[in-house]
Amino acid sequence: MEQSFGEFVEPQEGDGEYLKIGFRPSSITLQQRWRNNGLSADFLAGYLSTFFPGDDNAATARQAEIKDAISFIANELLENAMKFSFASSHHTVTIEMFLDADAVRLYTANGITPEAVAPFQQFIGKLLTSDTNELYIEQLERNANAEGDTGSGLGFLTMINDYGARLAWNFSNLAESPEHTLLTTMVRLPV
Amino acid sequence: MEIIQPDYQVRYDAAASTVSCHGSFRLAGEEYKAILDLMLAAADAAPPLLTLDVRDLQFLNSSGINTLSKLILHVRNKKVSGVLVQGSKQFPWQEKSLINLQRLLPALKLEIV
Repeated sequence: MEQSFGEFVEPQEGDGEYLKIGFRPSSITLQQRWRNNGLSADFLAGYLSTFFPGDDNAATARQAEIKDAISFIANELLENAMKFSFASSHHTVTIEMFLDADAVRLYTANGITPEAVAPFQQFIGKLLTSDTNELYIEQLERNANAEGDTGSGLGFLTMINDYGARLAWNFSNLAESPEHTLLTTMVRLPV
Repeated sequence: MEIIQPDYQVRYDAAASTVSCHGSFRLAGEEYKAILDLMLAAADAAPPLLTLDVRDLQFLNSSGINTLSKLILHVRNKKVSGVLVQGSKQFPWQEKSLINLQRLLPALKLEIV
């Protein structure tokens, strides 16, 4: 069974420019992986910036802005994918980037446990229907009273509020043992 | 007081009531504790004006945003210090995201040059 939220567009490989990187979640520890997230995100951002040449001051500023945005968004997507990835999943965690005429689309795909589906879909519902600026402040106020990281979706809210990105998700049940769901997160950034 | 790591550095200059951040903050949630503790200690010294200098902070992930927000909310709750946040246009994220700190504490002064 498949379920989508937001304006989800299937990642179609072979359709224009794209780049895809895969990770085996179990091959190294999460801590070692964390550093890799930053390297991968910066690589995607640097790679993309070559499509936006900085010929003059305005173009250089635009190139820097796009690079900075992709670096932030890709890093957040990878952090989430690694953090919430189902350890027993045989699925490779992937990040893909597509360059359209007026936007960049980033996708991460990772396995999650069946138990994680309902609470996350509830959060997505809130994200798609609430005033995200208010939700952002609410989450920060709530986090201030909590220890450490509450997995509050602050990364998603920052992408929406600060970068003007649109988010969408696809859940696909996998008939594998152990049973789990493939979650694909899409971020569309206008450029 | 300072934290020196290969990818980032945080310094608290008590005489200048300034916390300065350098490098890239892309730690996992709980790894921010040492940075937050240093920042809260700076706020607990209750200076009239606490300066947070992030001009040299190239990258900040969402757990880092959460950490800076905790500092600002701590200052807001204590009601004794003003806050000046210094940013740079060199790193585009600063113009996009630092304004959110002002939404938590409207009296916060934000200087992005």
